[in-house]
Amino acid sequence: MALDDEFLQRDLSQHPPALTPGYRSSVLRAPRAPLLSLDATLSEVTGPVFRADELGPLDHDLIRNYAHGGEPIGERIIVHGRVMDENGRGVPHTLLEVWQANAGGRYRHVNDRYLAPVDPNFGGCGRCLTDETGAYVFRTVKPGAYPFRNQINSWRPAHIHFSLFGSGLAQRLITQMYFEGDPLIRNDAIAGTIPDASAVDRLVARLDMNAAVPLDCLAYRFDIVLRGRRQTLFENKLQGA
Amino acid sequence: MSSFRETPSQTAGPYVHIGLIPRQAGFAIYERELGNVLVSPTTRGERIRIEGRVLDGIGAPARDALVELWQANADGRYAHPADKQESKAQDLQFRGFGRAGTHFETGLFVFETIKPGPVAGRAGQPPMAPHVNLWLVARGINLGLATRMYFADEEAANARDPVLALVEPMRRPTLIARREDRAEGPAYVFDIRLQGEAETVFFDV
Repeated sequence: MALDDEFLQRDLSQHPPALTPGYRSSVLRAPRAPLLSLDATLSEVTGPVFRADELGPLDHDLIRNYAHGGEPIGERIIVHGRVMDENGRGVPHTLLEVWQANAGGRYRHVNDRYLAPVDPNFGGCGRCLTDETGAYVFRTVKPGAYPFRNQINSWRPAHIHFSLFGSGLAQRLITQMYFEGDPLIRNDAIAGTIPDASAVDRLVARLDMNAAVPLDCLAYRFDIVLRGRRQTLFENKLQGA
Repeated sequence: MSSFRETPSQTAGPYVHIGLIPRQAGFAIYERELGNVLVSPTTRGERIRIEGRVLDGIGAPARDALVELWQANADGRYAHPADKQESKAQDLQFRGFGRAGTHFETGLFVFETIKPGPVAGRAGQPPMAPHVNLWLVARGINLGLATRMYFADEEAANARDPVLALVEPMRRPTLIARREDRAEGPAYVFDIRLQGEAETVFFDV
């Protein structure tokens, strides 16, 4: 294993701590002992590799990938961006998976009993591989806000869940993307688990009129940063200088 | 120096199944879904079952968790370009990755896989005992939790493992799965305790 395969130490100040009593579900599920720091081994610098031919042609188009004779109700949007590492390098060919509620705030899930209706033409999940520059794009409808049983009048802002692999297990990340201008973000118990307000702001996608399709759909841009690989100056740069 | 900051984590929430294992959410959408069976008929190695529960601070099973598994092949080599253990054979029939939701009623997660071989340790360190890497997300978990599962019947290798050596001896048993020989084949049972007495060791990797 080369030193260049190792990842930069995770900056935990950018993440929510495990125990966040304002988000009640965390209280009994937060480990109490500190995490044990591990020098990277082959087990952490490697991770699963996925191929484009494992995905279907409509997997990244949530407007069509569960259409049953019609299209889903809702505001049509494109969500796009770039997956890069902390050094600004694109993360190519990595699997990105998304899931979300429908336009009324209801999930297609056996355990979701919110009174808003399920949309017969909307599954609510999609996936793609980033291209060789780390760019991704998918098309969907804007999800609705919905209540959840944290306090009795707790509401989630509109959001899309994102799951990313990167090129090694240590880069694995699951997060949520919010929408610019949503007033529910500031009181959300889950966005509120992140102590640093500027870190929350990096989860907010910006309206991107340049990527909108006239007379068809709006667009939002959401860039994602995964951990960077170590840059061993001695080996890579000084040696050849 | 890094010039960008890592995107913050957020909980996967109670509906993680929709995105990652939609059949458990109640619908089929993908022709090929990533699942909990890692083996094909031609994969090399000893077939094993891994099963367990994820228990919260009062011992209740988390019935909405997702567990991912990453492991080396039967020779102890990962299917990844950074693994350059040339003396060990690759197995093109084994990716080494799986994911399983805990059952909505029983709370059990299950993987059908093979027992991995030992993997080289860091330079200057002994090889790592056979183990699988687990990554866990759920409602109430703000940042995915990484841990490892070792095998109880690898006592000698476990005693030399450089990662187990870092763990307080009292807590090492939280990383070791119990073997059960069943009619269908060997099963390793591994409960993950999120909090409290006998809390599983989680790693900052």
